[in-house]
Amino acid sequence: MEIKKGIGVSPGVVVCTAIVLDAEDLIIPKRQVDAALIPAEIERFHAAIAKSIGDLTDQRDEVSAKYGKEIGGIFGVHLGLLGDKTILNQVIAEMRERHATAEYAVSTVMRKYANAFLAMADKYMSDRVKDIYDIERRVLHNLIGQKHEGLTHLTQNVVVIAHDLLPSQTAALDRVHVRGFATDVGGRTSHTAIVARAMGIPAVVGLGNITSEVSGGDTVIIDGNRGVVIVNPDADQLAEHAEFQKKLIVLDRELSELAHLPGTCIDGHSVSLQANIESPEDVTDALTKGAEGIGLYRTEFLYLTRETEPTEEDHYEAYVDVLQRNGGRPMVIRTLDLGADKYTQQQLQNPERNPFLGDRSIRMCLHDIPMFKRQLRAIMRASVHGDVRIMFPMISTLMELRQARMVLNDVMEDLEDEGTPFRRDIPVGMMIEVPSAAIMADQFAKEVNFFSIGTNDLVQYTLAVDRTNEKVAGLFQPAHPAVLKLIRDVIRTGQRNNISVSVCGEMAGEPLYTLLLLGLGLMTFSMNGPDIPEVKKIIRSTTYEHAKNVARKVMSFDSERQVMHFLREETRKIIPEAF
Amino acid sequence: MPTASRDVAICNKLGLHARPAMQFVDIANQFQSNVTVHKGGDEPCDADGKSVMQMIILAAVEGTPMRIVAEGDDAEAAVKKLAELIEDKFGEED
Repeated sequence: MEIKKGIGVSPGVVVCTAIVLDAEDLIIPKRQVDAALIPAEIERFHAAIAKSIGDLTDQRDEVSAKYGKEIGGIFGVHLGLLGDKTILNQVIAEMRERHATAEYAVSTVMRKYANAFLAMADKYMSDRVKDIYDIERRVLHNLIGQKHEGLTHLTQNVVVIAHDLLPSQTAALDRVHVRGFATDVGGRTSHTAIVARAMGIPAVVGLGNITSEVSGGDTVIIDGNRGVVIVNPDADQLAEHAEFQKKLIVLDRELSELAHLPGTCIDGHSVSLQANIESPEDVTDALTKGAEGIGLYRTEFLYLTRETEPTEEDHYEAYVDVLQRNGGRPMVIRTLDLGADKYTQQQLQNPERNPFLGDRSIRMCLHDIPMFKRQLRAIMRASVHGDVRIMFPMISTLMELRQARMVLNDVMEDLEDEGTPFRRDIPVGMMIEVPSAAIMADQFAKEVNFFSIGTNDLVQYTLAVDRTNEKVAGLFQPAHPAVLKLIRDVIRTGQRNNISVSVCGEMAGEPLYTLLLLGLGLMTFSMNGPDIPEVKKIIRSTTYEHAKNVARKVMSFDSERQVMHFLREETRKIIPEAF
Repeated sequence: MPTASRDVAICNKLGLHARPAMQFVDIANQFQSNVTVHKGGDEPCDADGKSVMQMIILAAVEGTPMRIVAEGDDAEAAVKKLAELIEDKFGEED
């Protein structure tokens, strides 16, 4: 039994069997086997070594022929290590004495050597730890080989233990069987956290070395409320958690009774609560939580779940699928927002030095018009099947917006020529997530039908903080007065110009900011489905007048600490159990 | 059983890193004798001269004193050839 403390980033408690992922998606299986199976494990190990030596010899010969013996020499060292009796004997001893599986024995022995390398004072030598990792990976690959199935097709409920989850890993996730996440690194705003909250499953991140503490098949409790992971819990702990889980279910039921009620304050002021979704499957969940529409449909999902670029038909089918599930409610499709942390960087020949300030999102689309048009055509074709709206992300200058609209006009002309039906007066909006767009909102308001504030990027760009960098993530403060000022001004600009403004970033789904955003005059909140009931509860428990007072007070503070403290106090008065 | 030994110092700039260690082991394996390497200096330790991993783990940098000990019929020849390899800086240019 082992208790690990991390950061709870998505609430809920789950008790489940673990699978452990390494950086390459390999699932490291069980740690121990029955003594009777050890000879078979040793056999497997020898076979994997033989296969590794065979592969490596081929590679060495190929490289030597191409680049000369000098370069091929490095493979010679790897071959020498693979045939090193000292290592082989240690691995076999590990299996015999501790009944370890071949995978686990290889990992244990190689990690020990890796640590010895890392401890070397000489930089040139300690750098060679990469060779050790390389060999370990090679042997594990050959051991695990066919067992490599990834997270797409699971047959039983599992929790996923990983160093960190990559967008490409979570995108292909089996959403039925994955019941929780626990990772070594990350913070409240990491990708793992966002995905877990969207799926409504518990997640704890920042656990340090959970991947080496847990092995596949272990029973694990993930407590996303308290930020605790318990490995191989005892009977008492299981009982305690079962109790806690029951309480959560009761709270959940209370909240779900709110689902069919409107987001109306005590004094009659009404706002619209909508959902952010990634895939068509999210729609049903969101609707049961009481979403009144889709405020943000992230279309990146289509790109992340397949090897090849989606065709116009792929886009079209997904959009119509969402529209059908959504049953006539409004749906805002955000055009492709790839780049930066998502997907494309690892495929680039020359990764950008500064991806968040680089060729991402709308910029990327405007550099690849054929790709952009494929998506726009699909959106326009889908526009006759329901209330579709289109939204451009990451707009930073008027020129960009006009270019994007021009491409959209081209697409409409083409469709018209072909006689394909579409809705000509489709509402067109933009994300406000770059400070320049927030500051110039007045100009933009004259050229779009709506604004949606993307708080995650707006915070990142306003405060110059990369939220995925643990060293500075603490500076990522949505409550920073500079950010709040921008949000207030954008909402006011919307009101003056008579266009609707929504917030679709994480702030919208954080109960802590509900009173503030309501008081600033926000009319549309778009958040992950599971967050809707709590936010709704706050809205239904207060008056617009009170919220306005809260907002006025908040805007007079000069530090995020004061803001957070005050908002926490005010929110606690409404839902004490939230904090 | 005949034994032989020789004291040498690592004299190539990069020290006994992966590739030189491999060269050493390759040569040691050409002989019947068992080969042991004693590393002197601040952190003395021993390695099996036929195990590349043990040799690398010595982390012997430039200037580290080493004693090569061989045990077996061809001990003398083994020690001679291995010492030459080290003195020859493993064929690395400076």
